[in-house]
Amino acid sequence: MSEAQRLVDLIPRLRRYARALVGDRATADDLVQDTLERAWAKLHLYRRGTDLRAWLFTVMHNVHVNRVRASRPTDTLEDEMPELAQRASQGDALLVRDLDRGIARLPAEQRAVLLLVTLEEMSYEQVARTLGIPIGTVMSRLSRAREKLRALMLGQPAPAKLKVVK
Amino acid sequence: MSEAVTELDLQAYADGKLPEERRAAVAAWLTAHPEDAERIESYRRLAEELRSTYQDVLEEPVPERLRRAMPPARARRTAWVAMGVALGAALGVIAGWQLHSMQASPVVAADAAAALAQRAAIAHATYSPEVRHPVEVGADQEAHLVAWLSKRLGTQLRAPKLEAVGYSLVGGRLLPGERGPVAHFMYQCNRGTRVTLYVRSDMGSNRSTAFRYAREGSVGVFYWVDGKSGYALSSGDISKEDLLNVANAAYQQLNPP
Repeated sequence: MSEAQRLVDLIPRLRRYARALVGDRATADDLVQDTLERAWAKLHLYRRGTDLRAWLFTVMHNVHVNRVRASRPTDTLEDEMPELAQRASQGDALLVRDLDRGIARLPAEQRAVLLLVTLEEMSYEQVARTLGIPIGTVMSRLSRAREKLRALMLGQPAPAKLKVVK
Repeated sequence: MSEAVTELDLQAYADGKLPEERRAAVAAWLTAHPEDAERIESYRRLAEELRSTYQDVLEEPVPERLRRAMPPARARRTAWVAMGVALGAALGVIAGWQLHSMQASPVVAADAAAALAQRAAIAHATYSPEVRHPVEVGADQEAHLVAWLSKRLGTQLRAPKLEAVGYSLVGGRLLPGERGPVAHFMYQCNRGTRVTLYVRSDMGSNRSTAFRYAREGSVGVFYWVDGKSGYALSSGDISKEDLLNVANAAYQQLNPP
């Protein structure tokens, strides 16, 4: 199968990741479109036989980072910002929306790691390669993302420090 | 137990990524640590909920504009129609971008990028048919040409080498752009077909865009923005695929990864 065909086959997964990453459908599909165009333009840089999905998600990551940087130049230090938990109401019907919202409240870099691990079910090594970060960073972001998301879903602020495992 | 259970083990346990023997060891450890067991179980449940929340997206039909985002997905026969649609979609995206960037950078995007392609096409249509005066400075003075245009545009330019894709530099000229000077390089293949590269250095943004394609009358244009630089490669005589090939070669040299 040609790379182009394999790229086309990966579009639904790109869309799923983009949707979870940016929230609304139109913005997510814009991100996917820019990603596909860039991937197409850069396809000559893809090394045959290597992980095309990881490569494509790397392209998406770079496009996304550029877009965010261009639109919100002052949005840094997210990791250091205190999170205020807001949970207006409880109940199963709200679960989906709340999970959406919870994810949106994660710092961008933690969100990316969490989504690649859980949605894409990538190995930690693949996530590290895709995002161009050390595997230790993958693990710490994953761990922080989960703890924060759990706390948000419980309606409590995340603990300032990670729990030390005995 | 052979090894102490680490946070990494617990995360991998929640993700079902531990090898079998390790998994059993961690499961045993968790029975003795109910608080951690509860935490890890909630991680596992969150992952499951995440997957089921976004499962629908996987099953949605892929929007047409995304299927058209890559040229080979388009049938040649319907290329004309498809290009119109794709260009519309691309402009939509650019317009979307502009909204995103409003607070950060007021200039840019829809107008600038579309104007880039349009002006490049006009320049191509104007100068490429010229027999006697296609360029101001010929390729025999390439170093001078590049130095001169670089100086006028206020940035270090390069005339990409396109011999590998069958085109050699004819020369270049200085053009008036919307806001300032523009560099225009002309290339020719041995059958006399010309392509031109239009270079602006005043895009007024730090944004980069992906490759885009536009058609202005009979001229096809691939264009992209890299920070303040805008590039557009035009031809009226070669197929879109051939032009893409040339554009890729130029892009690769002008925007090294």
